[in-house]
Amino acid sequence: MAVIELTCISCPLGCPLKVETDQAGQVVRVTGNTCKRGELYGKKEVTAPERMVASTVKVEGGSAPLVSVRTQGPIPKGKIWDCMADIRRAVVKAPVKLGDVVVENAGGTGVDVIATKTVD
Amino acid sequence: MKHDIVIIGGGPAGLAAAEAARESGAQDVLILEREPELGGILNQCIHSGFGLHTFKEELTGPEYAARFIEKAEQLEIPHWLSTTVVDLSRQGDSLFVTCVSRERGLQVVEAGAVVLAMGCRERPRGALNIPGTRPAGIFSAGTAQRLVNLEGYLPGREVVILGSGDIGLIMARRMTLEGAKVKCVAELMPYSGGLKRNIVQCLDDYGIPLKLSHTVIDIQGKERVTGVTIAQVDEHMKPIPGTEEQIPCDTLLLSVGLIPENELSKAVGVELSPVTNGPKVNESLETSIPGVFACGNVLHVHDLVDYVSEEAEQAGRHAAAFVAAGGREQAAEELPVKPEGAARYTVPVTISPQRMEDQVVIRFRVGRNIRKGVVKVYADDKLLYSRKRPVMAPGEMEQVVFQKAWLAGGETVIRVVAEEEEAQ
Repeated sequence: MAVIELTCISCPLGCPLKVETDQAGQVVRVTGNTCKRGELYGKKEVTAPERMVASTVKVEGGSAPLVSVRTQGPIPKGKIWDCMADIRRAVVKAPVKLGDVVVENAGGTGVDVIATKTVD
Repeated sequence: MKHDIVIIGGGPAGLAAAEAARESGAQDVLILEREPELGGILNQCIHSGFGLHTFKEELTGPEYAARFIEKAEQLEIPHWLSTTVVDLSRQGDSLFVTCVSRERGLQVVEAGAVVLAMGCRERPRGALNIPGTRPAGIFSAGTAQRLVNLEGYLPGREVVILGSGDIGLIMARRMTLEGAKVKCVAELMPYSGGLKRNIVQCLDDYGIPLKLSHTVIDIQGKERVTGVTIAQVDEHMKPIPGTEEQIPCDTLLLSVGLIPENELSKAVGVELSPVTNGPKVNESLETSIPGVFACGNVLHVHDLVDYVSEEAEQAGRHAAAFVAAGGREQAAEELPVKPEGAARYTVPVTISPQRMEDQVVIRFRVGRNIRKGVVKVYADDKLLYSRKRPVMAPGEMEQVVFQKAWLAGGETVIRVVAEEEEAQ
């Protein structure tokens, strides 16, 4: 049994959470949260933490040298560096439209990386 | 040339103000933007976390901006890009905006109303009095953000960041992801001015130490930064002898505060608040100059763009009403709004019971961290509102939705109090 203290990052309030786990590492109780999302975050962060990754990808022949990108959804925290390695290798040809997939299955997470801006 | 409403700045504030003005019936709205594209600072804020309140989803800066830019295009709001406003002046009741661009040269635009939406700028090294040499490798965090995210340059490999404002925290992660080593973030205050989730996701996730009550006391290097010396500070923020630590690095990023950019406001004689460095505004977000409205970071520095958009919509709506009515509605009384306790300022600084709509959002910041706090609003000594706030922090803006129905008439002052619960 352990109590893990976290700061909730589901919204800018940053509620101080206490996540209680049993011997098996299973979450018994989340306290300190002010909404349902806080409880979900507390459980998730202790068992399977996830993060969004945002970066840039080189553009060839575009009006700007780079296009901003992000993972389409959150990925496992432990996969951030694998995901970044794929993003840093990627190069796209203009035009790129907001929402276009720039890297498929980034870092083997099953999550795509999409453009967050249009570069003509 | 005359336009009903001229909006200075095409970032999140200017866009939302222009769209709200147009939707409130103003036909002739013009946006003036210094950069070659709309969107303002959002264009370089490529991280996610924008729009949770407005769109109920987590967008990046460029995506948040794109929603407003698309709407401005649908509404066919004219915007002049790469156009810098160099002067704002008033003759009689008329307002004149002087701007320059390569395409149009020097133009003087007469405006029925003006919305100030110029945003803010970063406090530079010169404002800090850090001793040491003046080598290359010292950047404001926002400059580094622009270099990395828009221009594709990594400004350094071994980095120390002074100041734990949100841009500094975001750049600690960004530089790390791009292969730089961020050695530490030093913060003068005993607490961080940044959002908690940024401390968790940008520092803790990458094992970057946050050194509270620390500052940079020396910068070394002739051509390029070779290191900095940091030291712990006492309660008077004076470095404590014996706590010095020399850190080799090639880059120092400064994230030490944002200052509303009010040169144009000053030019036209808008009264500024010494606390926010932004205009003093009434309940309609109108400055001391009739017909000149302000919103977003030029008014007071925000931490969430959602609230910038919300505030700017109000400014745009009121600017449209001002133009439609042919001037400011005279109010018999203007109640001053006074911050008390830990509240440092309020926006607005006055509320006219006659002119106000059913609700007015009062925004403010506290000057210290408060646990188990309470926010109360009084009219004179009569308690109008009281709500518990588990946590209040200087880095996070607070707000109260003030109701017209709370006023019975005859009040002389509205007091906004933020304090610990026990204090009562």
